Order: sequence, then C-alpha cells, then structure tokens
Amino acid sequence: MSALPEAGPARSVVMLDDVTKTYAQGSLAVQALRGVSMEIGAGEYVALMGPSGSGKSTLMNILGCLDVLSTGRYLLDGDDVANLDEDALAEIRNTRIGFVFQQFNLLPSLPAWRNVELPLFYAGVPAPERKRRALDALARVGLADRVDHRPGELSGGQQQRVAVARALVSDPAIVLADEPTGNLDSTSTEDVLALIDDLHSAGRTIILITHEADVAARAERVLHVRDGRLTDGGGVR
Amino acid sequence: MKARHTLQVALEAVRLNRLRSVLTVLGITIGIASVTLTVGLGLGAQQQVRDQISALGSNLLIVSPGSATSGGVRGGFGTATTLTRADAEALASSEVAPSIAGVAPVSSTSTSLAAGSATWTTSVYAVTPSWQDVRSRTLAAGRFLTDADVTDRTRTIVLGSSTAQELFSGGNPLNQSVVINSVSFTVVGVLDAAGGSSSATSDDDLVLMPWTTAATTLGTSATTVSTIYLQAADAAHLSAAYQQATAALKARHQITTSGTADFSITTQESIVEAATSTDRTLTILLGGIAAISLLVGGIGVMNIMLVSVSERIREIGLRKALGAKPRAIRNQFLTEAAVLGLAGGVLGLGIAAFGALTLPSLIDQPVTLVWWAIVGSLIVAVGVGVIAGVYPAGRAARLAPIDALRSE
Repeated sequence: MSALPEAGPARSVVMLDDVTKTYAQGSLAVQALRGVSMEIGAGEYVALMGPSGSGKSTLMNILGCLDVLSTGRYLLDGDDVANLDEDALAEIRNTRIGFVFQQFNLLPSLPAWRNVELPLFYAGVPAPERKRRALDALARVGLADRVDHRPGELSGGQQQRVAVARALVSDPAIVLADEPTGNLDSTSTEDVLALIDDLHSAGRTIILITHEADVAARAERVLHVRDGRLTDGGGVR
Repeated sequence: MKARHTLQVALEAVRLNRLRSVLTVLGITIGIASVTLTVGLGLGAQQQVRDQISALGSNLLIVSPGSATSGGVRGGFGTATTLTRADAEALASSEVAPSIAGVAPVSSTSTSLAAGSATWTTSVYAVTPSWQDVRSRTLAAGRFLTDADVTDRTRTIVLGSSTAQELFSGGNPLNQSVVINSVSFTVVGVLDAAGGSSSATSDDDLVLMPWTTAATTLGTSATTVSTIYLQAADAAHLSAAYQQATAALKARHQITTSGTADFSITTQESIVEAATSTDRTLTILLGGIAAISLLVGGIGVMNIMLVSVSERIREIGLRKALGAKPRAIRNQFLTEAAVLGLAGGVLGLGIAAFGALTLPSLIDQPVTLVWWAIVGSLIVAVGVGVIAGVYPAGRAARLAPIDALRSE
C-alpha cells in the first residue's frame, strides 16, 4: 500500500531543470520563475524560504502539479510531468502528494472525518474503509474526539490538524505544506510543526514553504527563493 | 458507491441553499404543473365528449340527407329531402342489410306546447316504435309508442325528462294532456335522462309522437324523413352495416359515382373523432405554451448553476487538488442539476395533483392525470435540469485547480 520510495539521498523524488513560469496578466507578462533547478531526495525535509512575491508559491504550485510550468523540465519520481494529461495529474495529486494549505481549505459543510476522507473518495476507496482510515488519521493528529465537528466548531489549530490528517490519509510520499502555520498562534504552530516532524520521521519527503526563519530551521535543508530564482544552488548534483 | 457519494454531495448543496434551490426550480415547477394540467384537462375533455357521444346509443349509424340544389346554389347537408320512409323500410329488410338490427326514421319540427298554464317550445320528433331500441333509451314512467299507436294515429306522446319537468314542474305527467298546434295529446310515457353527461340537454328536451299522427296534425311529411338512425347488430358489424346501408341507398337512389351521393352516413366513431380532434389541437397548443415555460425554467436552472459554480470555485479547486478528475467534478454538478430538476418536477406534479382535485369543482371540467403523463413529466424535468447543467458543469470541470484555489 505504501507508495514511499526507498529511503536514502541517492534517489531524487523531485528534480527541476531550469524551470520558468510566466503569467499573462492582461497584456503584461509576469515572470514568476526565471530558471529554477533543484533536486530533492526521498525522505528529505526541505524548507523554501523567501519574501512574498519571490515566486515561492508558484514554485510550490508547480511542485504540487496544481500549475504547469512554462519552460524547463519537472521530473516527479522520474516521470516527466509535462507528458501527463489532466486525469494523470489528478491521480498524482491524489496518491503521491498531500497538501497542507495556509487557509486550511476545509469544506465548511462537512464534519471533520468527511473532510479527511475526500482524497480516498477520489481514489475510489470503498466507503467503510474510507471512514476507518479517516478516523485513524484523525486519531493520529490527536482529534479522535472531534471527528464529527464541522470546521466552524474547531479552533484554527484544530482545523489545521484536520488538514494534516487529510494530507496523510492517502499515505502520500510527498507532503507539501504552504505556510501551514501562517494563520496559527504559537502553541498551535508548535503542534502542527510537531506533526510534520512525525511525518518526516516516518519517511515522507516534506517540502515546506515559509517566511519565518524559526519554522524553516526545523528542516534539514533550507532553499532561499528571490526574484524567481534560488539564491543558493538547489542541491543539484 | 461513487454514485452515492456524488448524490449525497449534490443533495447537501441543494439543502444548504434551500431558499435559492426552491427559487431555482420554480420555473420547472410551474412548467411541469402547467404541462401536466393542460394535458390532464385535454384528456378529461376528450373523455367527456366520448361519454356524451356514446350516450347517443350503442353501435349507432346516422343517415342524413345530402345537399339540395335550388337555383344553382347547393345547400348544406340536410337541406335536401332525399331520404324516404321507403328507404328506411328497405334498410330494415334482413336481406338487403343483414348487419342492421334496427332502423328508426325520424322527422322533426319545432313547435310550442301547452299544459294547463305552462308553455314550452321544443322539438317534436315523428318516430316509429323502433326509436327506443335504436337510440338505447329507457323509460322513467309509462310506456313507449306502439305499432298500434302508429296504425291508429293515436294522439299520444312521450316526453323527454326535461320537457316533462318544464311542463309539469315535478307533478306526474302520465295521462295528462298537452296541447300542440291546437290539438290535445295524452302523455303515455316519460324517458329517463340520457346517460353520460348533464350537458346533453337536446337528448332530454324533446317530444316523441307516432309519425302518422305527426303527419296529420303537425303537417310533417308522410314520405320523407330528416334522419334515419341505424343500429348495427353489434360493434363488430358496424362497418358491415355501414357498407350495406351505403350500397342499398346508392342502389335505391340510382347513384353510380361515389362523389354524388345525396346522403351521408356518420358513425359514432367519426363524431368522436371530429369532436376530440378539436380538443386535441387545443391541448397541443396550450401544452406547447406550457412547454415554453419549462424552457424558461431550464434557463433559470442554468443561470443559478453558473452562480453556484463561481461561488464554489474554491471548493472545486480544493477537490481538484485532492485528486478529483474533471469528470468527477462534471458529474457532481450534473447530478446537482438533475436533483434540482427532479425536485422541481415533483413539486410541479404536487401542484398539478392539487389542481386536478380542486379544478373540476371550480370550472366543471374533469382533469384526467394518467401515469404516462406523470412519468413523462418527471423525465422531462430531470432532462431539463441536466441539459441546463451541462454548460455550468463543463465550466467547473475545466477550471484549472490553481486558479480555483487562488480565488478569494
């Protein structure tokens, strides 16, 4: 069941080769990425740091297959993402990547456990197993007693823990966290970061975006983004 | 499993915006209600006409004279006096027309009646005793005219039920005298009200007298008649009776080409056909207008679905980020549209059912709801919803996940 790749730095999960991204904004072309090359090995914990507008969110979206690059190459687990159609990309997001967003992005009308089971639904997992795995994931983030609460009835920290449970329920190899603590107080921040540490020690590749140095400090490697470029190599071997 | 979840999501979306959902489907509701009621009213009217006409008598054929030509101008059917009592006698022969069981020649005139101080004007029919059987009528009181009445030219009459009511206002008319054309007649019988509907007054407001008596006292012709009623032996013999009557009359009238016949024979079926075809045309016309309101309802659903897609753009983005394929998003919105359509259809049928129960007492028109109209309108309602949902669902499915997630 586990999609985790073999551990060890020799194998790279993510490889970007001179990636650019240009947005058309009216008649204006905005270049968000100006040639990014980087390599992230399986099981690594990498933080992407940079001020707002630096292109780190664009980079994150491309890494998460939410957006397509303009030029360059992106190999995910050795597969060239450019060759994949929309259905295949949806499948990658569904099985290989877990997302944690700054805005939590929970559906307000659904109780916690139904939010958590969503990725399993799109993977075609049968209903009883969906529920079991969703409850299990919620227990792992310490919310076993909140499974029937709707997002509006939970604190910000609890909501983000629900989102973490949703990211780990499909057992993805990569977890992408986009400013996961940006909307949280210090206690909740500590809780969520501890959960992410757990995911990392279980062998998952973690890519975390932040602009806070003390959050980035928990990663094994910090990459700085500025003006659409990495300022310090990209670990390309 | 997948379908159930999709349905669940759709139901939740509909329920979360209850007021808006109701307003959305209002167009479909009104459309379905009006189509169903229009069709129901049309079917009810057709049934009513059918009932009225079958009350005329079973297996009935009606022979009418053709048009008369006077001064180069052809009059309408019935203006000629080409049918004779001899024709009627010939048709009664079992050799000439074995499929004809009964023949009733009739002449009529309109005149005024007086019974004591009560007066009334109505049609007087000069008939034979066979009239009762051929027209399938029963008596409420007394007896019908007999052969003896005809041979003896007795001054006896039988009254229709309304006529008896008008002349004697509830009193017993039997053996009372009625003055017609300064001649006094004795009432020997009263007919039951004609079956079928209440509006067939002409079948109940009439006076019947022996044709021989009518010829001497009212001056109706002793040789020609205005109508000959024929009764076929049974329903299976109806067309045989029709052909035998046509052939016999053509032979008697020495007609060789079919276009110049000086008589016409109508069957109950052809009368029903003529009467219901008008109703059918009206039903189709009104149903068409009602169907346009369904179309407008569909546009309303499409409009709200588009709003719903842009309102839930973040939700769509999130679902896509979590691995929903475009097809899954499209199905979700199509299901939602179908649920809206179905809800509109069910509401519309509810209104139609209420209308079918209350309308007949308000406008004196029966409403017939049939299963195929009900099932049909539900299918149409869901269909309208789905068709209206295709464009919004396609738009939702095509949204790039990042554009959807990023929107605030």
